[in-house]
Amino acid sequence: MEDTADGRPSINDMLALGSALLFSIIGLILAVSGADVGMQLHGLFLLVASAAAGIYVVSHPTNGHRKKADCYFDGPVRVATLACVFWGVVGFLVGEIIAWQLAFPALNFDLPWTNFGRLRPVHTSAVIFAFGGNALLATSLYVVQRTCRARLPGRWAPWFVVWGYQLFIVIAASGYVLGITQSKEYAEPEWYADIWLTIVWVTYLLIFLGTLRKREEPHIYVANWFYLAFIVTIAMLHVVNNLSLPVSLLGSESYPLFPGVQGAMTQWWYGHNAVGFLLTAGFLGIMYYFIPKRAERPIYSYRLSIVHFWSLIFLYIWAGPHHLHYTALPEWAQTLGMTFSIMLWMPSWGGMINGLMTLSGAWDRLRTDAVIRLLVVSVAFYGMSTFEGPLMSIKAVNSLSHYTDWTIGHVHSGALGWVGMISFGAVYCMVPWLWKREGLYSMRLVEWHFWLAMIGIVLYITSMWVAGITQGLMWRAYDHLGFLKYSFIETVEALHWPYVIRATGGFLFLLGGLIMVYNVWRTVRGDQPVDLKDQPRGAAAPELRPGAVAVPAE
Amino acid sequence: MASDKHIDEVTGTETTGHVWDGDIMELNKPLPRWWLYTFYACIVWSFGYWLVYPAWPMLTGYTKGIWGYSQREAAAKDVAAAKIAQDKYRAAIATMPIADIKKNSELFEFARDGGAAIFGDNCAPCHGRGAQGAVGYPNLNDDDWLWGGDLESIQNTITHGVRSPDPETHDTAMPRFGIDKILEPAQISDVANYVRSLSHLNVDAAAASRGAAIFADNCAACHGPDGKGNKDVGAPNLTDAIWLYGNSQNAVMQSVETGRGGMMPAWGRRLDPIDIKMVAIYVHSLGGGKPEPKKEESDEAEHTEPKGEGHEAPK
Repeated sequence: MEDTADGRPSINDMLALGSALLFSIIGLILAVSGADVGMQLHGLFLLVASAAAGIYVVSHPTNGHRKKADCYFDGPVRVATLACVFWGVVGFLVGEIIAWQLAFPALNFDLPWTNFGRLRPVHTSAVIFAFGGNALLATSLYVVQRTCRARLPGRWAPWFVVWGYQLFIVIAASGYVLGITQSKEYAEPEWYADIWLTIVWVTYLLIFLGTLRKREEPHIYVANWFYLAFIVTIAMLHVVNNLSLPVSLLGSESYPLFPGVQGAMTQWWYGHNAVGFLLTAGFLGIMYYFIPKRAERPIYSYRLSIVHFWSLIFLYIWAGPHHLHYTALPEWAQTLGMTFSIMLWMPSWGGMINGLMTLSGAWDRLRTDAVIRLLVVSVAFYGMSTFEGPLMSIKAVNSLSHYTDWTIGHVHSGALGWVGMISFGAVYCMVPWLWKREGLYSMRLVEWHFWLAMIGIVLYITSMWVAGITQGLMWRAYDHLGFLKYSFIETVEALHWPYVIRATGGFLFLLGGLIMVYNVWRTVRGDQPVDLKDQPRGAAAPELRPGAVAVPAE
Repeated sequence: MASDKHIDEVTGTETTGHVWDGDIMELNKPLPRWWLYTFYACIVWSFGYWLVYPAWPMLTGYTKGIWGYSQREAAAKDVAAAKIAQDKYRAAIATMPIADIKKNSELFEFARDGGAAIFGDNCAPCHGRGAQGAVGYPNLNDDDWLWGGDLESIQNTITHGVRSPDPETHDTAMPRFGIDKILEPAQISDVANYVRSLSHLNVDAAAASRGAAIFADNCAACHGPDGKGNKDVGAPNLTDAIWLYGNSQNAVMQSVETGRGGMMPAWGRRLDPIDIKMVAIYVHSLGGGKPEPKKEESDEAEHTEPKGEGHEAPK
């Protein structure tokens, strides 16, 4: 976009200001005449956020602001990176609290705001959407600019995406604690929060597409295919699954459009593909940029990336019904869900092969570079989870594993192992690059983080395997006269020690997260790295690498 | 970028010639064979599965699969088979008087095992999964029964509950001596001292002796002059060392003040009579079950101030 230096307000500023004004008015109306406390509070949040944004736009007019069109637009990326680290620790902490609640129910404190039912969505949303979502926002906006050699379009839109997304998180989480939920797993936020997220998400899609359109490279890099698939599919899933009728435009409550088994099927079509496109496709985007970049090795096979991309995209979207085996869902739908999950195995593993084999010629880096190790171990967990997933989708296995803690273990080998580790790796790469540092404050702390997280994950997964299989076997145990051998409460009692072990593993994972916060903070502050000599060339910001020529955009 | 193909030295493979962000490249490797063939195998397997099982929706209905399998029918068949396997026992239990079931060891084993399963899902939340009870919820393992410990009494208590909405429930209740100002706080303290002295707890002797008179006037009608209780009105024996709500001075005072009035649901509204018989047999078998009263003298025995078997454990 051309800079205007003629004293007239720019169209960018006017649009931004107009939106801020509009949202301030909506916020004011909701804050004053909202039908319930939650709606009033959320109206207030919207009002404060929009007013602050409006004031910022007025005090930083484009006119008079020297537009650095030759630079990448990294301000929003920096904010999203810090948000990712911040929400990550919040999400791990809440997860840790509810893990102890399961082992010691008295920790619910008999208060509505702190009971498991309300805190659990705070945990899941914080780790999936706040931590994972910000990792995706940060890396996608970073990667798309570099691999297209183009700046993000717009002056305010990228800022709106990043801050608007944080507002969504705050509205969602505060709503859960107050008891506002539409009771759909991983889609708990009520209708108004969903509308807000839709606005943010469409803007995100537009700036991503805008950057691709302006690209100076003939080809679109594979990471961007995955990011785009993630953005487009999440938009579709989010909108369809959240179709609902509000009880009142001023109230927080709504009723879903799809009833009964249709509702369940829509929910798990959404739920499974949130895993598929947010936690898998999106994070494969991260993998495809950061692993070759950090290892300084070419991607193992271009052809494999094409084939596994398209087969993954085509097959994943069908697999949702495997969450509803042996329910009221028609049997044919269960069959399709299961068989598509089986066919999905190899397409998922294509990403693992491309990630791991990219290391060929650089395997020694696993020993010396903890950041590479985070990235590569995450891909190994990815491979393990994407084998376990199809396995659990098989009806015979599912009849044992469903509704047990095995599912929780499976999710966390994916979430802690794959999503968590690759995000940590990407953050450790990006922070020195974004803040133009010579390296991370401390590589040794990354080692600590790696090993704490690793041990934590192993404790978590193994205890949940034991818990889940124990539970599943106890539920189905009959004596020779055809009576259940165990009462439900006995199966709960049997899980106590696995729950304690799981919470201990979670604590180690949280501890690793806190170490990351410290390391990131010292790096951002610009402290002299303590072990620069142990860090690879690629740890430094590109412009600070020995003999590097700055890579310009445009 | 355009064409920057070269041979990667480590792998000896040509790159595609694309270069991004200064150094990201791709090798022009073929698909790994094992990967491709495993992928094909999964696809073939899925096609086979679709052929034999219900799989694809059609305009009307869906493809049933050549094996004609239906998980609903399979489940219904399993349930029917399980029912048939139990039917002969259940039919026998339904018609037989509960006391006779015990005499048939096969039937007794069935009833006890089934009762245990029913107990675990329905009774354990209050009585504990070992029926060990908790404060306010009687232990069912001992021989101390509030409402009678023979099979028929237990069956009756389970069916109608205690102070439940069921018209035939055990509905007698202890007066709320404190709340309704029947006794002064000082009197409640005295009588609590007396009651505790009956099971040889350390008490204030002076208070206890004042309490004896209060007890005789207010409590003896139900609990008996010697405090040994009365199962007909669910009045616990106060002389054994078994305490439903605890034996501290405070706990006993609270019992006198509020009358407690613990409740149990009438399970006759939820479980079928055969299930109730089985639970009764299970509970009776836990260790404290009483023999059936002999027909002639039973009424008499129960009414003439029993020699105070247990209480506390309602049932």
